[in-house]
Amino acid sequence: MKNKSLVSITDYTREEHIQILNLAAEFEKHPIQKILEGTVVATLFFEPSTRTRLSFESAASRLGAKVIGFSDSASSSVQKGESLRDTIMTVSNYADIIVMRHPKEGSARFASEVAAVPVINAGDGSNQHPTQTLLDMYSIRKTQGKLDDLNIAFVGDLKYGRTVHSLVMALCNYNTTFHLVSPNDLKLPSSVKIHIKDKNLHYYQYTELVDVIPKVDVLYMTRIQKERFSDPIDYERVKNSYILKNHMLDTSKPNLKIMHPLPRVNEITIDVDKNPKAYYFEQALNGVFVRQALLASILGVK
Amino acid sequence: MKKDETGKELQVSAIENGTVIDHIPCESVFQVIKILGLNEVEDQVLFGTNLESQKMGKKGIIKVSNKFFEPDEINKIALVAPTATLIVIRNFRVADKKKVEIPDSIEKIVKCFNPNCITNNENVTTRFFVIDKQDLRLKCHYCEKITAKDNIWFY
Ligand SMILES: [Zn+2]
Repeated sequence: MKNKSLVSITDYTREEHIQILNLAAEFEKHPIQKILEGTVVATLFFEPSTRTRLSFESAASRLGAKVIGFSDSASSSVQKGESLRDTIMTVSNYADIIVMRHPKEGSARFASEVAAVPVINAGDGSNQHPTQTLLDMYSIRKTQGKLDDLNIAFVGDLKYGRTVHSLVMALCNYNTTFHLVSPNDLKLPSSVKIHIKDKNLHYYQYTELVDVIPKVDVLYMTRIQKERFSDPIDYERVKNSYILKNHMLDTSKPNLKIMHPLPRVNEITIDVDKNPKAYYFEQALNGVFVRQALLASILGVK
Repeated sequence: MKKDETGKELQVSAIENGTVIDHIPCESVFQVIKILGLNEVEDQVLFGTNLESQKMGKKGIIKVSNKFFEPDEINKIALVAPTATLIVIRNFRVADKKKVEIPDSIEKIVKCFNPNCITNNENVTTRFFVIDKQDLRLKCHYCEKITAKDNIWFY
């Protein structure tokens, strides 16, 4: 993967995904390895995302790299009207790799074409967020002991949630059975379903969360945003059907793990946090190991 | 009813040098004129629509004098009139005749329908993969969203 930009999850093959996950497991055992000393990582956040930025910066620091960049475009030359092309060309001179988040879809692909150094996409509008996908895969493999043949439920906004789209696409390589729980207005789009159909995998659609709980190994929860509904009454009608409460887990499988890309609003009640099946906080921590693995692989030191 | 190619062409008179775009779906004739900017050329442009056609029932036809289309222009024609045939005329004779073909990828001529796509916000040349030629669907190389037939706009 040396020098290979990561813009979309499908830029890397199934084998490359596995290599990253294996390397991440190594970093989980030995997180501090100063193998990137003398290397500069640029984190360019054209829109703020503290969680993702800190995770990357922590990963870079644990590898001994220096971090430069900005945390939102108000504090950068972008505010003065500089084009993305010019910003990327300039930063290419100062850094060995660019990690970027940008509000426009396709910005990371474009940056990877103009940059002289590799680019890692840390989110481009509603399009892709591949490092989240890899950390989700890592979390699934770690808690279930495998990626193959699992029953995985996706709950909430399946229409606009880019996290869901990328993870569904990646899991199509692993004989996954998909359980898709959403309001009718927020179903998984056909452009994503086509990947499931192409691989002849099974998927089931539900509108009620309770129906799916006993069947699955992973419950991947997402946030439903009010703005996504054209009619606020529709939102009021469905909002409580997609809230996970601790007592609802009584019928779940013993190996079930609950995941969430965070931040959550109210879709998982606080009483679930103490349940050993809750995994969302560890899931976020796994992001650091996965990002260490990516930086090390792309920069060619692992 | 038997009508040869010459007979049909007589419905709109012949040209000396230039290109005939034949077998255009009737509803696309005005769109083809627009996307090729034929409303602004100085040379003679003749067009007809709702003409009889053995192949299509009814068809449209456009004849442009002294005009030989570039590959980008031919791709545009293919996108809005996939049934079209291009006939190059030199000295009143058919010099070349071919069906237009929708290419596998399209550069710079089409706008991405997604207003939040980087190509609509920075000076970036658009690029699409044609994922469905029958029911025209173009996947943006940048934002990965799909521009469908009804949303296609040209630069
Ligand atoms: Zn686009």
